[in-house]
Amino acid sequence: MTPTLQLFLIVAAALFCIGLLAALSRRHAIFILIGIEMMLAAANLNFIAFWRFGPQPQPPTGVMVAIFSIAIAAAEAAVGLALVIAVYRHYRTTNVDQLNQLKG
Amino acid sequence: MNSVAFILIALLTLAAALAAASLPKLIHAALSFAVTFVGVAAFFFLLGAEFVGLVQIFVYIGAVAVLIVFTILLTRRDVGKDRGFNWAGVFIAIAVFAGLLWAILKTQPLSIAAPPIEALTVRRIGEVLMTSYVWPLQCVGLLLTAALIGALILVMEEKR
Repeated sequence: MTPTLQLFLIVAAALFCIGLLAALSRRHAIFILIGIEMMLAAANLNFIAFWRFGPQPQPPTGVMVAIFSIAIAAAEAAVGLALVIAVYRHYRTTNVDQLNQLKG
Repeated sequence: MNSVAFILIALLTLAAALAAASLPKLIHAALSFAVTFVGVAAFFFLLGAEFVGLVQIFVYIGAVAVLIVFTILLTRRDVGKDRGFNWAGVFIAIAVFAGLLWAILKTQPLSIAAPPIEALTVRRIGEVLMTSYVWPLQCVGLLLTAALIGALILVMEEKR
């Protein structure tokens, strides 16, 4: 038995939900960024799996979308971590529960 | 495609992801995060997208994981206890997973087995990047430049 498309999709869904769990339930801003990166990786996995199992288009669209998505995720991580450092300088904490100054 | 390799990679990836989401120490979580991305890159290799797997390893383990470790060290004073889980988050994640699982299992797959493909060479990817995808490529270049400048401005010392 070789792995089918559905197995890859289930693994990607599990990875996405673990990322969602990390983003929703942790209190450190860095953990939330890690969760977001995991969700993006799950989306990339879906792109590649659909590219591999679908009809083969020319040019290879799924691979291209995954490459661009990785580049954008890298930019997002750099800006997000810079924001974490800037917030830490101001408030001396990265705990998102304590960053409530804008709360109404 | 090999099912033993698939099961091993899936177990490694999901276990490392769970560790990254639940370990209380930030630095352990960051290292588990790197292992997770090794697993995802192995999936890309298994699916025949070797170039994407290599890019994943370079970008995530070479750059993003190192950036995360540096940020943890720079904000170290705060790195104490991350106590307890937010049970609402656990519930929402399980509910989303159940919904996705239901949708995946209910849908008819396109094809049972992967069709044979010719190997996707780096040469072919380069040609496509320079012909059909030249505008997205330029936009990503602009975005990366803007992100670099923006990140530098954000972390620059404020002048008093």
